[in-house]
Amino acid sequence: MTDFTPFSALLGGALLGIGALLLLKFNGRIAGISGIIKGLFTSNNDNVWRYCFLIGVLVSSFIPQAFSHDSEVTLNASWSIIIIAGLLVGLGSALGSGCTSGHGICGIGRLSKRSIIATLTFMASAALTVFLMRLRG
Amino acid sequence: MMKLLSALIAGLLFGLGLNISQMTNPQKVLNFLDVSGHWDPSLALVMASALAVFGLGYRLLIVPTTSPVLADKYCLPEVKTVDKKLLIGASIFGIGWGLAGICPGPALANVLHGDAKIFGFIAAMLIGMAISSFADKLLSSKSE
Repeated sequence: MTDFTPFSALLGGALLGIGALLLLKFNGRIAGISGIIKGLFTSNNDNVWRYCFLIGVLVSSFIPQAFSHDSEVTLNASWSIIIIAGLLVGLGSALGSGCTSGHGICGIGRLSKRSIIATLTFMASAALTVFLMRLRG
Repeated sequence: MMKLLSALIAGLLFGLGLNISQMTNPQKVLNFLDVSGHWDPSLALVMASALAVFGLGYRLLIVPTTSPVLADKYCLPEVKTVDKKLLIGASIFGIGWGLAGICPGPALANVLHGDAKIFGFIAAMLIGMAISSFADKLLSSKSE
């Protein structure tokens, strides 16, 4: 059970938006996490900014979570579910050219038709998956 | 050098946003997706807020025909058409996201919380990405 946390959601969302805007305005790049990770393997040059951005994301969790009450994050899913989920997330985001950040924030923010459709598609398939998993118990 | 610093700061802000909004907690994500259960609408507000800031900023500050502050040009997606690959990819991504409640950003922002499972998730995700480029190559060599 988690509770609705409007304040931290709005504040965190605004920071996500500012981070993505900064990367676009200064580096001319889209803050899509899956795209940036994939770029490390598919693009031969100009990779240093990718490492810098990803290190920023990694290090951010060091900063004390002053605004969040339950900073203890536990992954309830079993190992087998985690591995299958990881495979599908990697495969799907690479084929679909983006994930929640690239399509959901940057793409929709630019009113990209592809991103709007991609986001609606993965939201629907994710909700359906949660529903089916619930039926399964 | 400035380019790297701005990328680092952007990543820090992005990651901080994920942590503060608790999108690093898979349970909050799953409870958003679980419309029929104990629904937690937080994720919708996170997206709305991020979209308001990014969308408005994009309108006001970004002119794609000009140059970014520290680079030669804006690297924006050039494909505009909705194709099968986009729909299949997004559907597969959604299944994975719905299974564990983790997507790529929160996976990275979770690494330092120290749960070994997150490393398993990231490793599997990298393999998934590798499989996709292999499949891509197969498909394009067939159509040639």
